[in-house]
Amino acid sequence: MYRYDEFDARFVAERTEQFRFQVERRLKGELSEDQFKPFRLMNGLYLQLHAYMLRIAVPYGTLSAPQLRMLAHIARKYDRGYGHFTTRQNLQFNWPKLKDVPDILAELATVEMHAIQTSGNCVRNVTSDHFAGADAEEVEDPRPVAELIRQWSSLHPEFSFLGRKFKIAVTASGHDRTALRYHDAGVEIVKNSDGRVGYRIYVGGGMGRTPYLSYVVAEFIEKPDLLAYLEAILRVFNESGRRDNIYKARIKILAHTLGVTAMRDRIEREFAEIKAAGTLEVPEKECARIEAYFAPPAFADLPETALPTGGALGDWVTSNTHPHRVRGYTIVTISLKPIGGVPGDASHEQLDGLAALLDDFSLGELRVSHEQNLVLPHVRIKDLPALHERLTALGLATPNAGLITDLICCPGLDYCDLANARSITIAQEISKRFADGARQHEIGDLKIKISGCVNACGHHHAGHIGILGVDKKGVEYYQLLIGGSAAEDASIGEILGPGFGEHEIADAVERVVDAYLKLRQPGERFLETSRRLGLEPFRTAAYGEQRDGAD
Amino acid sequence: MALIKNGTVASDPYTDVADDAVLPAGPVIVSLQRFRAERDGLLARNTPVGVRLAPDQSPEALGGDLDRLPLVVLEFAKFRDGRPLSWARLLRTRLKFTGEIRATGDFLYDQIAFMVRVGFDAFELPASVTPALFQRALGEMTLVYQPSTDGKKTIRELRD
Amino acid sequence: MLTANRLIDGTVLYWRGGGWVETLGEADVFAEPQTADAALAAAKDFVTRNVVVNPYLFEVKDGRPVAEREIIRAAGPSVRRDLGKQADV
Repeated sequence: MYRYDEFDARFVAERTEQFRFQVERRLKGELSEDQFKPFRLMNGLYLQLHAYMLRIAVPYGTLSAPQLRMLAHIARKYDRGYGHFTTRQNLQFNWPKLKDVPDILAELATVEMHAIQTSGNCVRNVTSDHFAGADAEEVEDPRPVAELIRQWSSLHPEFSFLGRKFKIAVTASGHDRTALRYHDAGVEIVKNSDGRVGYRIYVGGGMGRTPYLSYVVAEFIEKPDLLAYLEAILRVFNESGRRDNIYKARIKILAHTLGVTAMRDRIEREFAEIKAAGTLEVPEKECARIEAYFAPPAFADLPETALPTGGALGDWVTSNTHPHRVRGYTIVTISLKPIGGVPGDASHEQLDGLAALLDDFSLGELRVSHEQNLVLPHVRIKDLPALHERLTALGLATPNAGLITDLICCPGLDYCDLANARSITIAQEISKRFADGARQHEIGDLKIKISGCVNACGHHHAGHIGILGVDKKGVEYYQLLIGGSAAEDASIGEILGPGFGEHEIADAVERVVDAYLKLRQPGERFLETSRRLGLEPFRTAAYGEQRDGAD
Repeated sequence: MALIKNGTVASDPYTDVADDAVLPAGPVIVSLQRFRAERDGLLARNTPVGVRLAPDQSPEALGGDLDRLPLVVLEFAKFRDGRPLSWARLLRTRLKFTGEIRATGDFLYDQIAFMVRVGFDAFELPASVTPALFQRALGEMTLVYQPSTDGKKTIRELRD
Repeated sequence: MLTANRLIDGTVLYWRGGGWVETLGEADVFAEPQTADAALAAAKDFVTRNVVVNPYLFEVKDGRPVAEREIIRAAGPSVRRDLGKQADV
């Protein structure tokens, strides 16, 4: 993985001291809360429902053992013993004190971590494929490009006070695991007809109050031109994005108001100039320097090995492993969705426990997925039984990756100041309903995504089944959405109808799932059935009884 | 209010003139609207004229007149509105403006280093920023990743 | 009732008799809008002095908050009964 050189290290150290001075001035009253807020957000610090919340960047989702140990240490020393993995591959602590945050950042810096741009109206922490470097299908490892973008976007002098946040994802696989088309900008690493590697660029995706999928603005950008092209996009956004209405300030609104032709023309004009100036061209030498850090680890020459079958181990292997590009290896998903648990939470014991097994089982690497799970990217198939045993002891062997109980969920009203309704409790209820393993496998690939407000941190628009919490006069209600996807077949889910009460929503989900089981054709996933049949059969199922009464 | 120019405290020869005020003698700063309305007269005075742009006014609106202006003032209406950062950059790159780019309005200590990097060379300091603090702001981050109009060596160049 | 967060550590606070307490049960209930508004105005002084941030009023009925949000804020996460103010009781 990437290692800081002296310059990266000094940059993060200086940034920490800069924030320390900001906190000092805030506590002395030299900065008002209104003035301080954008600056604390640019360092990932929120004030939530109960306390401050610190969001730590896990750039492109890659973590090492020392970093995991540091996160465990911070959870113990400054927080309440646990952290929460988010849908953007970050980690949140829910209880830090403002006065401690500079010290937390200083400790993080010792393991090459930070909270730079994990919030605020700036270019956010860049996300990527959690199977990067291990997946059989990728064009190349997307992380060097993500790292290049991370450096370019860090404290960008022109783009740190944008009209709204700006999220970039990078993928290199035909199977999108980054929710690419829901990002403000997406970078897809592709090969052109000459076999040259370059980038297809998407612009204008986003969730929130008005969801949009991005469109392609450039089919093929050459490698040295990537940063120039991104800079052009950001300049158009900074100059012309709306600033009169927070809900219309994202680039998705500008992009879809202008339309692809006008948007492309605007970007191309800036791009031509930046490219001509030449200063942002990425030299091959710098690409090679960064790529060297992501060189494939020393894989052993292993014989073809069959995956273990049978029993608890077999169930876990079936759902939680994914083919690796190297013979004898596999990719393991560690589910952070224990039945009835809090999706994405990990205790300090679990973080330490994972750190202890990384070197033995995964060539020293861990990944964070946007689905709020962890991934061991390089596991020897013959080690699976021993690994399963270790994970079981840590409470991290839930055999449900990709199944209905592997649901995405924002913190909701239990933690979040913006939320209108609880989301974790709904996730827990649904998880318990579908706890039975055989039933989960029968249902198959079904992604439920839950948000506690329209900001959509729980990606409800992109769920095969989405759930959106709303507030009706202080009471929590939940809307059901059907047919969303964040993968390569991206789509925006549609709202089924009026909301359900807190105690009705899990029943409604169950009725929708039962309807799917009755209606599906052989081999058809929920998403495909819903696309073939439309909303109506699911609406009938969800509201069945009330409807009968009304007719 | 102190004026910092090219890094040091300077006296300000300009008078900022409201749209409905009578033009005083000597160098003046007027809004884009007034400049457009009274362009010929303003340029014929043979005394320096600066134009003040609101955050939603691109300096491209000044067109060919830019060559005859020694000063463009970019106004920060709210410190959170970062459009003037792009306007300054635009002035220094596409428009090749070599005159003074001055910041006025609501900006904070924490933004000064960014502003210098994109081409501002004059600052009407807000009350919260003393000239000493101005200097301190420039020294907080000694390393940068992005090439910009200030010509500062980037981390990548330092690596070579 | 009137609530805010303490600046230095984020702790949820409630208004009582011109100052702040940490639990809802000890806090003042304002029967009249005028007294509530007067307390909010007084709380603004604590904002100016950088002691608290974001003070606001919320509705209670029989000493209990009406909105779910305030019930959770007063207790702690409903999914982690071992954390927040509920854990100290």
